[in-house]
Amino acid sequence: MPDDQNTFALEVRKWLAANCPEEMRHPYGSEKDACWGGRKFEFQSEAQRLWLERMGAKGWTAPAWPRTYGGGGLDREQVKILKQEMARIKARPALYSFGISMLGPALLKYGNAEQKQRFLPPIIRGEIRWCQGYSEPNAGSDLASLQAPALDMGDHYVLNGSKIWTSYGDFGDWMFCLVRTDPDAAKHQGISFMLFDMQTPGITIRPIKLISGRSPFCEVFFEDVKIPKKQQVGELNKGWSIAKYLLTHEREMISWSGLSQSGVKAVSEMAVDTIGTRDGLLADPVLRADIARFEADEMAFALTIERARDEVKAGVSLGAVSSWFKYFGTELNKRRYDLLMDIQGSDALAWRGAPNNDGKLARDWLRSRGNSIEGGTSEIQLNIVAKHILGLPG
Amino acid sequence: MALVFSEEQIMLRDAAKAFLAGRAPVSHLRQLRDDRVEQGYSPELWTEMAGMGWAAIVIPESWGGLDYGYTGLGLVLTESGRTLTPSPLISTTLLGTSAMTLSGNTVVCEQWLPQIAAGEKLLALAFEESSQHRPESVSVSAEPKDDGYIINGSKQAIIDGHTADAFIVSTRTRSGEDLTEGISLFLVANDAAGLSVENTELLDNHRSCSIQMQNVLVNRGQLLGPLHGGYPILQKVLDRGRVGMAAEMLGIAQETFERTMQYLQERKQFGVPIGTFQALQHRAAVLYGEIELCKSCVLKALQAIDEDSGDLPVLASLAKARCGQTASLATAEAIQMHGGIGMTDDFDIGFFIKRWRVLNQQLGDSRYHLNRFARLRGY
Repeated sequence: MPDDQNTFALEVRKWLAANCPEEMRHPYGSEKDACWGGRKFEFQSEAQRLWLERMGAKGWTAPAWPRTYGGGGLDREQVKILKQEMARIKARPALYSFGISMLGPALLKYGNAEQKQRFLPPIIRGEIRWCQGYSEPNAGSDLASLQAPALDMGDHYVLNGSKIWTSYGDFGDWMFCLVRTDPDAAKHQGISFMLFDMQTPGITIRPIKLISGRSPFCEVFFEDVKIPKKQQVGELNKGWSIAKYLLTHEREMISWSGLSQSGVKAVSEMAVDTIGTRDGLLADPVLRADIARFEADEMAFALTIERARDEVKAGVSLGAVSSWFKYFGTELNKRRYDLLMDIQGSDALAWRGAPNNDGKLARDWLRSRGNSIEGGTSEIQLNIVAKHILGLPG
Repeated sequence: MALVFSEEQIMLRDAAKAFLAGRAPVSHLRQLRDDRVEQGYSPELWTEMAGMGWAAIVIPESWGGLDYGYTGLGLVLTESGRTLTPSPLISTTLLGTSAMTLSGNTVVCEQWLPQIAAGEKLLALAFEESSQHRPESVSVSAEPKDDGYIINGSKQAIIDGHTADAFIVSTRTRSGEDLTEGISLFLVANDAAGLSVENTELLDNHRSCSIQMQNVLVNRGQLLGPLHGGYPILQKVLDRGRVGMAAEMLGIAQETFERTMQYLQERKQFGVPIGTFQALQHRAAVLYGEIELCKSCVLKALQAIDEDSGDLPVLASLAKARCGQTASLATAEAIQMHGGIGMTDDFDIGFFIKRWRVLNQQLGDSRYHLNRFARLRGY
């Protein structure tokens, strides 16, 4: 490692040693341990609050963002070093935030100076929690056909209509939202990108229950909601490009995270533990064949993720291939849960009660049916592969 | 090792691609078939390939080879899958050479490898005894006699056996409960007294043969590997063969896929190119992904050979199984998407499914290897 990077690594190590509370030096026990920040957030402990405060003040919740707005101002190599040093002491992320992962990069690219100054620092400090207003009941895969009208009233807009599938809509402090500002233009040319406080009068939130039980998704209804003009980001009616930029980011996040199942027990191992073997082979021969096919696909996929990472390091850009990763990874995940349910037999069917954790596996299996729908359906991903990688017409 | 090719390897691949496309495209196979060329490949072309160093790719330098590694050979095999060019690459360069170098029999290596590297001698591996792939099922016997052994029995499904100067034969020198113990490998010259060879043309127009051995005499110097302990060597040779075949099947899958994509752009029905239809677009996108998965499996397995990794058996079975499945899909979709013309002999696309069928079956088919994959992983 070059000298300056070495120095930086040592500085980071020293700072972490002095500032990362001991309690924060363990991976999350469950999703409930994540720190989302925001006005309504209830910290689990003083350590969690302190960790967010310190990392936020240092700008390391958004390490690559410019120092001007309170970000870490680190370059790519330094961000890597920071991640390595945190991993070294098993330090958990101080903040989970749609503001950091999705809105921030869009603001940096499309926002004006005033918007960046106003919105980025609270994101970095975890003071404002953001939610996304994109899909509508009639605008899912065909997102650009969204309708929620924002009428120009001189110094503000008035928003009506509704959004659906807003994650944590009931916990969000602010929303970044796609609205229709020109109903007469072609559908992609009449969309604008706006930000507003979820406390603004006229907003109603309704959580959505899924087949798997409770979910973070919400419907959000707008009745004459006033949005100051300075909260419209980028050019009027040019919001679709901002939306696309954000979606590409979201898709790439989904591609890498949670798709490689390292550290998780193999399906075959669980099968052997539960069902047993006969003459050294899994006692159910037909299930055995299905598991073998699945694990062969799983290994091939893990190798392909590894190969893609190596190619990116060598300078090849992935582009539309991330669509294929999303498609295959989610379909593989669904197969995984199908097999896990099969393996547990009748034990997997109970919906309530302590022995099987209130039907956790069954709920996870049901929830996984949505993986091939959210973040762009499998059918849309295959369309993208066909058109943008294979160059097929239409 | 990163799952990317080095610049040198890319150059080798491009040279192979250019050579094969120029000197031996699919029309070369068609001509060998139509002219009923008995060898099933072109000896002149093999001399040219040897001139490019292909016969010597994996032979150590001390024996006249290039020691370039199996990843390099795999790249050449993938390109030969694209053009369906028949050659002794699998029987001699991959299987036969591996058996000799892994045997530890330096006298045999000294006698044979330099000539093999120069493209002057050919080998064949004789180990199957039934229609099913069972390398441990050996009943060909080798009984001690004087300072040698007497071999009796038959072998079948020998790849390119008819042109081999010598066979590497698995024999049983000791019986016991465990079939994998008591197997010994011998080098048997093709003109050995008591050896007869019967040649068959397969549906892909490559050749396969069976041999009958009646009191064939071999001396101790012809033993390859430890007495009674030949099975681990045989499996290692077979694993290298499986990976090489997976590499060739990858080439078949890629070539048929690309030809099919081109057809989807060119063929018009109902006023538009048929590639406009979403049903075909989705099937194409799925096949694209299958090929990407195979590329990863083949490269990882080739590197495992070069690194002499303990993971080779699992990776070889993974590669053979998956490439078998994907090349099956690719060659079937190729015919289906080409419609009626895909069914004609005049059109080249039908040659690919024929070659897939043979490669899939040899050295264990997809089901065999999914089974082996599972066994190796503990279930």
